[in-house]
Amino acid sequence: MFRRRGDRYVATFAVDEVRVLRKVASEVVGLLTDGFDHSDPVVCRLFPEAYPEDAVGTAEFRRYTEGDLKTAKIDQAGAILAALPGDSGGEVRLDAEAAEAWLRALNDARLAMGVRLEIKDGTDLGAELDDAVADDPSSSRVFQLSVYAYLGYLQESLLNALID
Amino acid sequence: MGGMAAPQVAPVETPDTDEVPAADRPWVTIVWDDPVNLMTYVTWVFQKLFGYSREKAEQLMLDVHHKGKAVVSSGARERMEHDASQLHAYGLWATVDRS
Repeated sequence: MFRRRGDRYVATFAVDEVRVLRKVASEVVGLLTDGFDHSDPVVCRLFPEAYPEDAVGTAEFRRYTEGDLKTAKIDQAGAILAALPGDSGGEVRLDAEAAEAWLRALNDARLAMGVRLEIKDGTDLGAELDDAVADDPSSSRVFQLSVYAYLGYLQESLLNALID
Repeated sequence: MGGMAAPQVAPVETPDTDEVPAADRPWVTIVWDDPVNLMTYVTWVFQKLFGYSREKAEQLMLDVHHKGKAVVSSGARERMEHDASQLHAYGLWATVDRS
């Protein structure tokens, strides 16, 4: 979890955490590059319709903003990949700009996972995880739910360090 | 001044708000509630993007959370589209509408 040290934001990650972070950041980049598809509900959530009742207005808006937005999202996911230690665990030190890029990228990753996991208002993550474990402890849903929860804690720790 | 005829100027009527043509009414940026974004993060984004005080940003965040949506800025359409795309970069669910 992140802490502020001077003008840097510092966290130590175990090798498993590094792998998970690399995986989720790469998945966001993949989503935005290979076969970018507006009918994918995740893409829909990351690039919302500016005018829900006006398809022409939404298309216009996308024509002017979507390229920059896509580049920004790829760059912020890239900020995670760039700062992670190699194939071992280790320390990550971020300046304020990189910390903000991480915040936005962690949020994108959580949004993407939240859509896939069908997280709703009032979803009790602990209860969801218990159910999934009771169902099949080795399922991908158990893994995805724990990663989703982990990213939330990590994002919150970074945000608290920034606000502090 | 005496003896000069008063100028014949009809008073200008101030139109009622709902008489203003739709095209002249300002636009608004709306942020909608979603189940993923952290409340502290949403507050931070409002402070960061709009320079709102902690109190104002927190109140807007609570409006989004409890009422399902809140108007976070208003003005010219181009400006609102800019705000919406900035909010999208931070992962907030923002739309543009007439006020």
